[in-house]
Amino acid sequence: MSTTSVASSTGLNWTYAPAPETADPKIRSRYELFIDGRFVPPAEGQYRTILNPATAEPLTEVAEAGAADIDRAVKAARRAYEKVWSRMPGRERGKYIYRIARLLQERAREFAVAESKNGGKPIRESRDTDIPLSVAHFFYYAGWADKLNYAFPGARARPVGVCGQVIPWNFPLLMAAWKIAPALATGNTVVLKPAETTPVTSLKLAELIQEADLPPGVVNIVPGGRPTGAALVQHPGVDKIAFTGSTAVGKWIMKALAGTRKKYTLELGGKAANIIFEDAAIDQAVEGIINAIFFNQGHVCCAGSRLLVQEGVAEILITKLKQRIRTLIIGDPLDKNTDIGAINSREQLNRIESLVASGREEGAEIWQPDCPLPEKGFWYRPTLFTNVSQAHRIAQEEIFGPVLTIQTFRTPEEAIERANNTPYGLSDGVWTDKGAKIFKVTRQLRAGVIWANTFNKFDPTSPFGGYKESGMGREGGWHGLLPYVELEETA
Amino acid sequence: MSSRVPVLKTYKLYIGGEFPRSESGRSFDYDDARGRHIANVALASRKDFRNAVVAARSAFPKWAARSGYNRGQILYRVGEMLEGRREQFIAELRQQGAGIAEARREVEQTIDRVVYFAGWADKYQQLFSTVNPVASSHFVFSVPEPTGVVAVIAPQESALLGLVNLLMPVILGGNTAVALASEKKPLSAITFAEVLATSDLPAGVVNILTGSRKELLPHIAGHMDVNAIVYGDEDGAEEKLIQEQASLNLKRVVRPRANPESPYLILDTQEIKTTWHPVGL
Repeated sequence: MSTTSVASSTGLNWTYAPAPETADPKIRSRYELFIDGRFVPPAEGQYRTILNPATAEPLTEVAEAGAADIDRAVKAARRAYEKVWSRMPGRERGKYIYRIARLLQERAREFAVAESKNGGKPIRESRDTDIPLSVAHFFYYAGWADKLNYAFPGARARPVGVCGQVIPWNFPLLMAAWKIAPALATGNTVVLKPAETTPVTSLKLAELIQEADLPPGVVNIVPGGRPTGAALVQHPGVDKIAFTGSTAVGKWIMKALAGTRKKYTLELGGKAANIIFEDAAIDQAVEGIINAIFFNQGHVCCAGSRLLVQEGVAEILITKLKQRIRTLIIGDPLDKNTDIGAINSREQLNRIESLVASGREEGAEIWQPDCPLPEKGFWYRPTLFTNVSQAHRIAQEEIFGPVLTIQTFRTPEEAIERANNTPYGLSDGVWTDKGAKIFKVTRQLRAGVIWANTFNKFDPTSPFGGYKESGMGREGGWHGLLPYVELEETA
Repeated sequence: MSSRVPVLKTYKLYIGGEFPRSESGRSFDYDDARGRHIANVALASRKDFRNAVVAARSAFPKWAARSGYNRGQILYRVGEMLEGRREQFIAELRQQGAGIAEARREVEQTIDRVVYFAGWADKYQQLFSTVNPVASSHFVFSVPEPTGVVAVIAPQESALLGLVNLLMPVILGGNTAVALASEKKPLSAITFAEVLATSDLPAGVVNILTGSRKELLPHIAGHMDVNAIVYGDEDGAEEKLIQEQASLNLKRVVRPRANPESPYLILDTQEIKTTWHPVGL
């Protein structure tokens, strides 16, 4: 492995020696489906080769759940719901969820390496964000299990039943935790489908759930592609669907559920504005912009992908931003120095490339640093676009990659108008040193999560979810209980 | 017996604070239970619905920005105006087939329900807001905000109370509404619009249409500038159609709850906004 050279703003050349994380991720050579507490082969005998996106080489192979397997999993979840889980006192349910949190904490480094190997994200992020936050979600919701009688004034919270959960590839374990923890705490059972490219940590979680001795069928994990997800969504034995993914698929799900009375929550795409006012602390804002768009290679639904800069500071800000981007280290996800890891899949890389091409064709101006990229695997340079108009595809569509569009504005009203001018409404950022201005602006932004003088912060106590076409329902905090309960009013 | 000829009311639409006829010029006969002609009721068109959405959208930012206290006072005023027209509403419900006791009960319940919900306008925020005890150095809070323009499909069997039950939780929370009145019993909705028009409720906050549900429902459910749809009936085919069309722009589809006074009804047309602030010097 070669050393990485970074040009600093002072002209000095700093060289980082590789610092790979070496913990054993304990990835099996083959994974089966996890149904009714056991690992079982798929009915149709299909397996999918899972790649390490940083090398494009096979990492493992994973069973592909078909319709018959989904049926088996839903029936197992139903039995577990009726015979065990919905009858178990909340206090006891909670103890199982606490066990999951503790076991995951004990094996945190192993899970972090597995996550980076399967998904391509820098080990610094999987180690410091994905895994600890997953643990925190289980820990937080475990404590709700025996307090639900106090959660909703005038109402009893009853579980919904069997939950079908479909999660994306950008935060594989964290999304599993977001879905499973509140569902179990409220007395539901789960059939979870991880994303087709990133099932490894979900299946490692299945091992851990076995180790925690959860009653069979309470959590079932059924990897697969879109047909597997569709079979789960459309299975008549499922009472509720929770989906995180693209807006297009979210719309399909909503339509597919028409006439069924199944409950659903959808956490979908975004096109967040990151608004920098003239009175912002510029150096802090630069760090915030970097975090907003390059965190997890920009594979983040709430990524700050549209930078809106007030005219007076645009020039200096863009200069500083380019300087900072030149120092970013792109490469081996397992290296602790790495800032930007691998693009998750060939398919996603193609999508990023095609949207960037559309940006050039439509007349926007592109800038990329001249950094070395590894030869094997899927990679994309951090990319800036200036001279962007609101109508450009790169300003309207979710790119889901390390690509930032930059536009300027004169007045706060103009910034708000632009920020709100997309069908999405998941998140936004605001940078200014004036407190009253923060509140004036954030109140008018139509988005579910607003970061003021920070970006991409998450916590299990804090609800997350979108306005408009970014979805419906919230995950996290007290609000995150609501999608998993039926309120029976006592008043 | 007086020989005076009574003045009959023309039942029109309520859009943007005004009472226009349908732009299509269409109306439908409304006969009472014994088949006597009572009124020509406006038959709203797709264009009338679109106009109503424009009125609701333009009224939305200011209505949402009003204080809960102010919205509550205006809605309490609606209750006062209803009380003053008690006899008129009772008589009108009787024209639409209700017995005297039934009509009186419906009107009284409606007035009380309006007053009940008016009082929620500055309270639900505290019930549904949270300060989130995050593990990092940030002050983080989550508050409800109105979802936007809400279409309200009133139930067919209740001329007045059914509409008011669905409408109140929507507008008290700062949303604006376009309501489609009961097609079977359309008169009270328009008289209720007269109440709203004299209660300091800003123009466009509530818009009320009368017309054919079959004709309008696909357009209502598919309209791209409507954020949510509250459906008050039990027809499975209509419900399916609403959800299919609503998926075009991810409208929130809301159903009534068993308890018509449930505060969770308010939450059904709210979004939760979470704001993060660093704590530091």
